[in-house]
Amino acid sequence: MSPQPPSAERQIWILTQMLRIRTFEERVKRTFTEHVGVIRGHTHLADGAEASIVGSLSHFREGDAALATYRCHGYPLVLGSDPKAMMAEIYGRADGLCKGLGGSMHLTDVKRGFLGTSGIVGAGIPHAAGAAWAAQIRGKGNVVLCFFGDGASKQGAFHETLNIASLWKLPVVFVMENNGYNVVTTSAQEDANAAAGEPLSVKAKAYAMPGVTVDGTDPLAVYTTVGEAIERARAGQGPTLVESKVYRLSAHGNIIAPPGVPLHYPEHEAIAVFGKREEYEAALRGDPVPRFRGILIQNGTLTSAKADELSARIASEMQEAVTFALKSPFPKVESALENNYA
Amino acid sequence: MAQMPYIAAVDAGIHQEMRRDPNVLYFGQNLATTENHEFVAAYGHDRVRVTPISETAEIGIAIGAAMAGFRPVVELYMAEFMLVAMDQVVNEAPRFRYMSGGQVKVPLVLKAGYGFTAGWAGQHTGSLTALFMGVPGLKVVVPSTAADAKGLMASAIRDDNPVVFLHHYMLTLEHGEVPDGEHLVPLGKAEVRRAGGDVTIVATGWMVPRALAAAEQLAKEGINAEVIDPRTVAPLDLETILKSVDKTGRVVLVDQAPRHASVTAMIAADIAEHRFKALKAPVVQVTAADTTIPYSEPLEAYVIPDEARIAAAVRTVLK
Repeated sequence: MSPQPPSAERQIWILTQMLRIRTFEERVKRTFTEHVGVIRGHTHLADGAEASIVGSLSHFREGDAALATYRCHGYPLVLGSDPKAMMAEIYGRADGLCKGLGGSMHLTDVKRGFLGTSGIVGAGIPHAAGAAWAAQIRGKGNVVLCFFGDGASKQGAFHETLNIASLWKLPVVFVMENNGYNVVTTSAQEDANAAAGEPLSVKAKAYAMPGVTVDGTDPLAVYTTVGEAIERARAGQGPTLVESKVYRLSAHGNIIAPPGVPLHYPEHEAIAVFGKREEYEAALRGDPVPRFRGILIQNGTLTSAKADELSARIASEMQEAVTFALKSPFPKVESALENNYA
Repeated sequence: MAQMPYIAAVDAGIHQEMRRDPNVLYFGQNLATTENHEFVAAYGHDRVRVTPISETAEIGIAIGAAMAGFRPVVELYMAEFMLVAMDQVVNEAPRFRYMSGGQVKVPLVLKAGYGFTAGWAGQHTGSLTALFMGVPGLKVVVPSTAADAKGLMASAIRDDNPVVFLHHYMLTLEHGEVPDGEHLVPLGKAEVRRAGGDVTIVATGWMVPRALAAAEQLAKEGINAEVIDPRTVAPLDLETILKSVDKTGRVVLVDQAPRHASVTAMIAADIAEHRFKALKAPVVQVTAADTTIPYSEPLEAYVIPDEARIAAAVRTVLK
């Protein structure tokens, strides 16, 4: 059973959310050069995966939950978190979403169903299954969306959890965002299915659940594919593995302060490590955000003036987030000792 | 009061909480495989489930269910099996409340036996308590009596944090008086098992009855030992220990773990820092030898602290 295609209004909402993620993350990236030292440690951008994130979360209902990884800026934005609080968290400030205790890798907004993110590859997958068990017991037709990368599918946590989730028919959808690279290792170098030319969704077969591969740069395709998996989960028919193929448009992680000491590549690893500039440029030409904008203008859903207006509004929303976060004070140092225990 | 084995008292604690709170879940390997299983019969398969041999997923699922409002108890059988899933125990469960700025609670219990020095050789006999003791966000419970086994399990389930509940395998069939009805023993409160003024002995788990036996032997020599059972090592009731040190000025710390993996090393450091001037003799630790636990019976007995070694240590600090 396929979900109804999204209305024109909903398609504009999808583009809006994609633009918000892109613009927010551009401001995160720019912070490294415009406000040197303000972001500490590591940030990981989802540029290139916006269509997959928004298409997947389009079906989110009250009571549903989502869990993700350290590459986590996009999901809470779509679910309604305040970008000001998110940016303040990334800047380590008192007004941060997590009071400055989590930072870029651990954004959490429980009120909006974004339960948590693990920075350890694959470790969050069983957490999603646990939340799905809770939903199953409560019996209200809620689902859990579990986002992770292709690299995580080589972790024991992935295999153990898919087995139990299928066995227990848990209402969870496993969305594997396959960006082709585990840091600087290509999928074909580390994944037997990829090396054999198979889609990674075939892993689902081992756990007796449906496995589907979708073009993760096409928000409407993701909308349909993940929507079907969600309907199946809500109906008590168990989990699905969706391999959503995307291309990460930035390097694995951003440059770590102090500036001038790039511990990560300033350019995507395809160029910096493998010298495959053409692969990267082809991905850039297919950038899902301008592409979807173009489609909506071309088919008359949106005028180009309206689209420009939308971009301008979002640019100012994210400028406000940066301004707010820069002004937010640091948390009181004693707060470092709070929240270890409930 | 009912007489029951220590391990039955652990179950009684789980029953007590599952009866009163429908959000308590109980699951693990080789558990609940028939409809007659006492927990399945009482609470149904929604709340009681068997799992495959997948510790990472078991503990991870408990974390997710806890974040979503339930109180899972994971049956892990042996403490060593947690090592398979150490990331979930040390770097997931105790991190989420903190990293989210206090938005989530992760109330869960990881139930496992430990210290099975009855011919289980090198991989099923460890005393791993100290591994978990220093992890901010975790609580660690080590009951030594049947009554505490019930009361501490119930408190562990009611606690809003992840709790590692370690029951000692050598105490499994030890009978004890267990209060009927609702019974709770607070986490973080040591028990003085035997009062005395000459020397303070601190011991946990199976080392508690050994320390008490040593104390009885010493009493015949006119030495009056105080025996303290911390019952939980995180939080650690240092206050009760220091109060005893003020009184006796002499300390013997007993642990079934090797010295540098022991809880006693941490307690010794705290005593040295806070009560250096009260001490009349150096603190002595009686720990397992720094070795893998051997299989052969006389060798196994040789490396584990016993009554004679505890008594000898007491005589040393009284010299």
